[in-house]
Amino acid sequence: MHARSDAADTAPNWPDDIFATLQRFDVRQVPYVPDAGHSKLIQRVLGSSTMRGIPLTTEEEGVALLAGAWTGGQRGVLLMQSSGVGNCINMLSLIPILRFPFLTLVTMRGEWGEFNPWQVPMGSTTQGVFELSGVQVLRASNAAEVPAVLEAAAAQAYNALTPTAVLLSQRLIGAKVFTK
Amino acid sequence: MSKANLLDRRQVVSTLLANRKDVVAIGGLGASTNDMCAAGDHARNFYLWGGMGGAAMIGLGLALAQPELPVLVITGDGEMLMGMGSLATIGLQKPSNLSIAVLDNEAYGETGGQTSHTSAAADLVAIARACGIQDSRAISTMAEVEAFAKAVHDVSAGPRFANVKINNASLERILPTRDGTYIVNRIRDDLGFQPI
Repeated sequence: MHARSDAADTAPNWPDDIFATLQRFDVRQVPYVPDAGHSKLIQRVLGSSTMRGIPLTTEEEGVALLAGAWTGGQRGVLLMQSSGVGNCINMLSLIPILRFPFLTLVTMRGEWGEFNPWQVPMGSTTQGVFELSGVQVLRASNAAEVPAVLEAAAAQAYNALTPTAVLLSQRLIGAKVFTK
Repeated sequence: MSKANLLDRRQVVSTLLANRKDVVAIGGLGASTNDMCAAGDHARNFYLWGGMGGAAMIGLGLALAQPELPVLVITGDGEMLMGMGSLATIGLQKPSNLSIAVLDNEAYGETGGQTSHTSAAADLVAIARACGIQDSRAISTMAEVEAFAKAVHDVSAGPRFANVKINNASLERILPTRDGTYIVNRIRDDLGFQPI
């Protein structure tokens, strides 16, 4: 187990791999509810000239936003943490009904050395919620596999309209450390 | 509801869409989507039959993707209340081509007419303005509806919001297509996008 490294000089490189893949797939709208695990990727998106980062008040806004973006000819990706997946459930019904490309990248809490018990109920049901809602789940557990998992996820989401969630495991991100 | 001179929802919506030109219109779950159909089916009508609370966000995604096109969300007070946070999201993005019109009958008309929060406390016009949508109007006359319909075509001055007080008459249901894939692909086709 390792701790999160939020400082810029020790920030991990896998968010850069994700950004590069999203750029290659011409992703334009990036709705998000912030999470520490997504902070570097969000910084890259907000600094990009081709992508628009869109802060949400709650995650289900992002599902509806992506439906509108696709209707208007643009691809998007939704960034959130596992607790936000529960907020999305009813809005996920838009995906099979409207049949738009859906890709979401979810930073996991409530697993792998979790300190906060309040994260565990939603974290432990995240994969099941997605699967019951018709969203295929892929997982990346270490930095080396991030590029291949992202490539597969983006390809099936955008080329085959297969609704896809990538779970970025707490083992990859680093368990959040609380100090008194 | 005994207030006098409340507007007729069908007249409001047909006025909003009368000279629509290139407008893409999104109808929120409930009677609003039926009102849009009653005003005349159109290739650029996005009818919602579910996803309550999502109409304004679908409008935002479309407006950001097509900044030259006027995008108009027509929804009800209950649907807007459920997606109230999206007004803050829109206020932050400030898409100048997005307009939202809420048909406010102060009730959940589809489910038995239970009163909504706008009947006594919630002021959606003030909420939209406080979220950063500066052009936020309380509308109670057809002249104001006509002015808003004209403003929708100015894609450089939004976002704009209007809360239109309507009567709570229960009207004949004019049902649009329920096929979501058809609805989306018909709009995409009209905008010139190919199927995947």
